[in-house]
Amino acid sequence: MRALFANRMCTLFVLLGSLLILFIAWPLLRTVTSSSPAVLWQTLLDEEVRDSIGLTFYASLVATGIAFVCGVPLAYLLARADFPGKWLVEGIIDVPIVVPHSAAGIALLMVLGRRTLLGQAFGLFGVKFVSAAPGIVAAMLFVSLSFLVNAAREGFEAVDPRLERVARTLGASPWRAFWRVSFPLAWRSILSGMILMWARGLSEFGAVVILAYHPMVAPVLLYERFESFGLRYSRPVATLMILICLATFAALRLTAHSSPPRSGGFSDN
Amino acid sequence: MRDCGSVQVRNLWVDLEEFHLCQIDLDVAAGEFFVVLGPTGAGKTVLLETIAGLHQPCKGCILLDGRDVTNVPPERRGIGFVYQDYMLFPHLSVAGNIAFGLKLRRMDRNAIEECVTGISHLLAIDHLLHRRPGTLSGGEQQRVALARALVVEPQLLLLDEPLSALDPGMREGLQRELARLHRELSTTTVHVTHDFEEAVALGDRIAVVNEGRVVQVGSPEEIFRKPDSEFVARFVGVRNIFRGEVRPGDDGYQVLSLDPSADGSTGSPQGSGQHGVEIAVVTGLSGQVHGSIRPEEIVIAREPLHSSARNSFQGRIVNVTDRGTVVYVTVRVPPDFTCVITRRSLEEMELREGLEVYIAFKASAVHVF
Repeated sequence: MRALFANRMCTLFVLLGSLLILFIAWPLLRTVTSSSPAVLWQTLLDEEVRDSIGLTFYASLVATGIAFVCGVPLAYLLARADFPGKWLVEGIIDVPIVVPHSAAGIALLMVLGRRTLLGQAFGLFGVKFVSAAPGIVAAMLFVSLSFLVNAAREGFEAVDPRLERVARTLGASPWRAFWRVSFPLAWRSILSGMILMWARGLSEFGAVVILAYHPMVAPVLLYERFESFGLRYSRPVATLMILICLATFAALRLTAHSSPPRSGGFSDN
Repeated sequence: MRDCGSVQVRNLWVDLEEFHLCQIDLDVAAGEFFVVLGPTGAGKTVLLETIAGLHQPCKGCILLDGRDVTNVPPERRGIGFVYQDYMLFPHLSVAGNIAFGLKLRRMDRNAIEECVTGISHLLAIDHLLHRRPGTLSGGEQQRVALARALVVEPQLLLLDEPLSALDPGMREGLQRELARLHRELSTTTVHVTHDFEEAVALGDRIAVVNEGRVVQVGSPEEIFRKPDSEFVARFVGVRNIFRGEVRPGDDGYQVLSLDPSADGSTGSPQGSGQHGVEIAVVTGLSGQVHGSIRPEEIVIAREPLHSSARNSFQGRIVNVTDRGTVVYVTVRVPPDFTCVITRRSLEEMELREGLEVYIAFKASAVHVF
């Protein structure tokens, strides 16, 4: 603690830093304490609110799942292989972060809309993107997959390729070397990336609102209530969202960081 | 008794970004302990990894027991590999590490347990089975890495500088371990190192490599006493290397006239010498050659020597280097000759820099190449 105020420079840094911390904490605290528990309970009982929160969680989970299936192999390739145009691929993965999300939504609409090739192809299987849950998943996937891919890639980069080579000499095919060595060792980073991506998806607004205003995810519901009825009516929903997200996020982080150490003995793996 | 294989490497060329191997030809007999010796960066690890199947050669082939394995993936070659820094799986216990290869072969649990216990007993690591690799010392990790490679009974064991990362005390112990394991298991082993003494201690035969090429192959004796080139001589620690011209002499010996201006490796400027020193040698070569004499073949005395040695010279001591148990004494005749004597001799003869002494060595002790 003393170290924080050890000298004038540190004290100044503490002051500047505190401004930012307060900037985050104060509004959140005010919002969370603004509604009484009774009002919060009422809001929770509101079916529209419950459905909205459930949809948000579920859609982000599906988006994370898709990103996992395609993103982890991609991350592995980026970590291990060198190929011409690799810089381009890495750039493309990072683009969704810098593009305004509503613009991303428009871009997705251009290829997933009702009259597009993909839109019609999926339509044959009864999957609709515009104003439907799959569209929400697509929007969330688009804007937050970089978190998962980059975290996974860093995880794989931290695994010495020679560990995989030793596994090969011991009789492992490339598949088994991946599943028994590379993946377990990169798992912490991958999980971190998944949590981050899922949390980011929960708060997605811009891309979702273009592709699928309805059914409403929680951020969209919140916006509509605010526009239509004002602060008082939308505040409890905001409080609820903040509390639920914080709780889930904290729980997941704790689980990720405190995985019990693996037991020794022959029952390993 | 496991069946161990012979290894042939034929005309191997490997091209990686940073390392290249050119025209490698090797023959390792079944059950042999073969050492690949060379300076760092000579491509030794790449050679080993290519034999294991971890890199594709651009030319050439590799035969295991007569079978062409050049296009066989590493998991089907039956080759054990131990890296310099062990590469134990950090997410598994010691037992898990050792059992890794066995589990891939779908053996049943009891059989696996038996094999793991057996090999860990052989390597004296049974008390470590439940530990994590991160908590082990270097020597312990090395034994675990060996156990992991040996438990699957490979035809060929490849060791990539297994002792280099250990401190000297541990190194000697593990060196004896490796020799013992080889005696007991007779697995064909290819061991890579940059340490000549290690190569001599362990190897049945040695291949010296430099800059991606095999420079000389032979028994430790041959490499030690008859280096093929200046590089090999320098690398194995020969200190007295000279250049000169050989011509026939009288009484059956040849005469090597050392070049006056270029003193081989010892590098002391010759000043105004018109003629180099002349040494009696025994050789079939003629013309421009290299000559080398091992420091232990040179005798030093305070008085002129009367002995059967054909070469005796007077000189002045210019350097005394203490190496603990032995002392290297450099005598400028000119040129400079480095001899090695015990500390006791140094003290008894009261040798010191600046003293005039006499050195002698036999004609047959001079290796001409």
